[in-house]
Amino acid sequence: MTTRQKTIYCLAGLAGVILVVNLYRILLVLPDELRQGAIYRILYFHVPAAFTAWSLFLTSLVASVGYLATKRLRWDGIAAAAVEVGFVFCTVNLVTGMIWARNQWGIWWTWDARLTSMFVCWLLYASYLVLRTAVDDAGQRATISAVLAIFSFADVPIVYGSIYWWRTQHPQPVLTTGKLAAEMWPPLLMNFGAFLLIAVALMLVRLDQEETSLEIQGLRRLAHAL
Amino acid sequence: MTGVLAVVRKDLLSELRGKEGINASVSFALVILLIFSFAFEPTDTDVRKLSGGLLWIAFAFAGALLLNRSFAREIPNDCLDALVSSPIRGWELFLGKALASFLLLLGVELLCLPVYGIFYNVRWAKVFWPLMLVLVLGTWGLTVLGVSFSALTVNLRLRELMLPLLLYPALSPALMSAMILTTALLGGEAIFGATAGINTAWLRMLTGFDIIFTALSVALIEYVLVL
Repeated sequence: MTTRQKTIYCLAGLAGVILVVNLYRILLVLPDELRQGAIYRILYFHVPAAFTAWSLFLTSLVASVGYLATKRLRWDGIAAAAVEVGFVFCTVNLVTGMIWARNQWGIWWTWDARLTSMFVCWLLYASYLVLRTAVDDAGQRATISAVLAIFSFADVPIVYGSIYWWRTQHPQPVLTTGKLAAEMWPPLLMNFGAFLLIAVALMLVRLDQEETSLEIQGLRRLAHAL
Repeated sequence: MTGVLAVVRKDLLSELRGKEGINASVSFALVILLIFSFAFEPTDTDVRKLSGGLLWIAFAFAGALLLNRSFAREIPNDCLDALVSSPIRGWELFLGKALASFLLLLGVELLCLPVYGIFYNVRWAKVFWPLMLVLVLGTWGLTVLGVSFSALTVNLRLRELMLPLLLYPALSPALMSAMILTTALLGGEAIFGATAGINTAWLRMLTGFDIIFTALSVALIEYVLVL
C-alpha cells in the first residue's frame, strides 16, 4: 500500500468517525428549531457542503493559475480533481436545499439570486467537466480547462454575496451576523471539517486515476513509436 | 492600439463583404421573436414584464452565431497561425476581434429593436439613450466572453456545441442584469439616480461583470492563443 493510499484510508476513516459522532449529536442531543421543527437539521449538511464546494473551486482556481504559470500537468490533475469533487458537493448542497425548500416553502425551487447563482455555479463546473472530455491532447486540455476554471470562479463570490446584496427568499445570512445559536456552531464546523477530509480523500483518489491515465497515455505513445 | 484597429478593420471588412454572419444572426433573432409570439399573446400588457427578457434571449442566441465565427473564420487557410505569428500582440488581436464583434452585434440589435417594438407593441424610443447604455454594456459583456470562449473552443471537435454550453452559464450574471434593466426601462422605471432603487445594484453588477471579464480575458488570452 502506497503512502497516498494510506492517507486516503486515514482521512476517510477520520471523517467517518467525526460524522457518526456528529450525527448522534445532531439527531439525538440538539433540540428541534422553534419554527422549522426537525427539518432545520439539514443545515448541518447543506451549509458545509456549500463551503466545501467553494473551497474546492478555490483550489481549482489556484491549481489552474499554477498550471498556466508552470505548464506542469500535475497542477491540471489537481484542478480537475478539485472540480469533480467540488461539483459533487455543489450537487449535495442544491439537493439538500431543495428538500428543505419543499418542506418549508412547499416548493422545490424558486429563482431567487442565491439559488440561481448556485445553480449557475453548478452549470459552469458541469460545462468544465464536459469540456475536458471534448479535448484529446493533454496539454491543450489543461490550458483550456485552466482558463475556463479561472472564468468560472468569478461566479463563486456572487453566490456568496447574493444573500447580502439582494433580498432573497433563501434565508438571510446567519453565520456572519451572530444569529446562529452557540450550540449549533460545533456540529456545523465539525461537519465542515469532516466534509473537507472526505473531499481531500476523494481528490487523492481522483489524482491517482489522473496520473495513471497519463502514464497509460505515455506508454501507448511509446508502444506506437516502437 | 494600431494593431487593435487593424484587426477591427479586417474583421468588419470581411464580415460586411460576405454578410453571412450578420444575415444569419438577424434572421435568427427575428425567428426567435416570432416563436415567442406562439407561446403567449405578444400585445398583452402582462407581457411587458417579460419584454427585457425576450429581447435579450433573442440577442444572446443570435449573438452566439456571430461570436462562434469570430475565431472560427480564421481556420481555413491557417489564417489563425498567421495572425498569432504576426507582429501584433495577443491582447490586441483579442480586443480587435471583440470590438469588431461588438459593433456587428450592436448593429444586429439596433436592426431588431424597431421590429420588436412593432410586433410586441413596446415603446422603446422614449428611453432610447438609457436603453443604449444597457445595450452597450450587455453586448460588451456578451461579446467579451463570447470571443474569449470562441478562442478557447476554436480547435475543438464540438466547437459549435461547446460555445453555447460554456457561454450562457458564464454570461448569466450579465444577461440577468441586462434583462432586468431593460424590463425596468421599458416599464418606465429609472435605472440610475435617486429613484432607481435596486436597479442601481443591477447596473453595478453589469458594469462590474464587463470590467472583470475584460480584464480576465486580456490577461489570459495569450495562453489560449499559443496552446
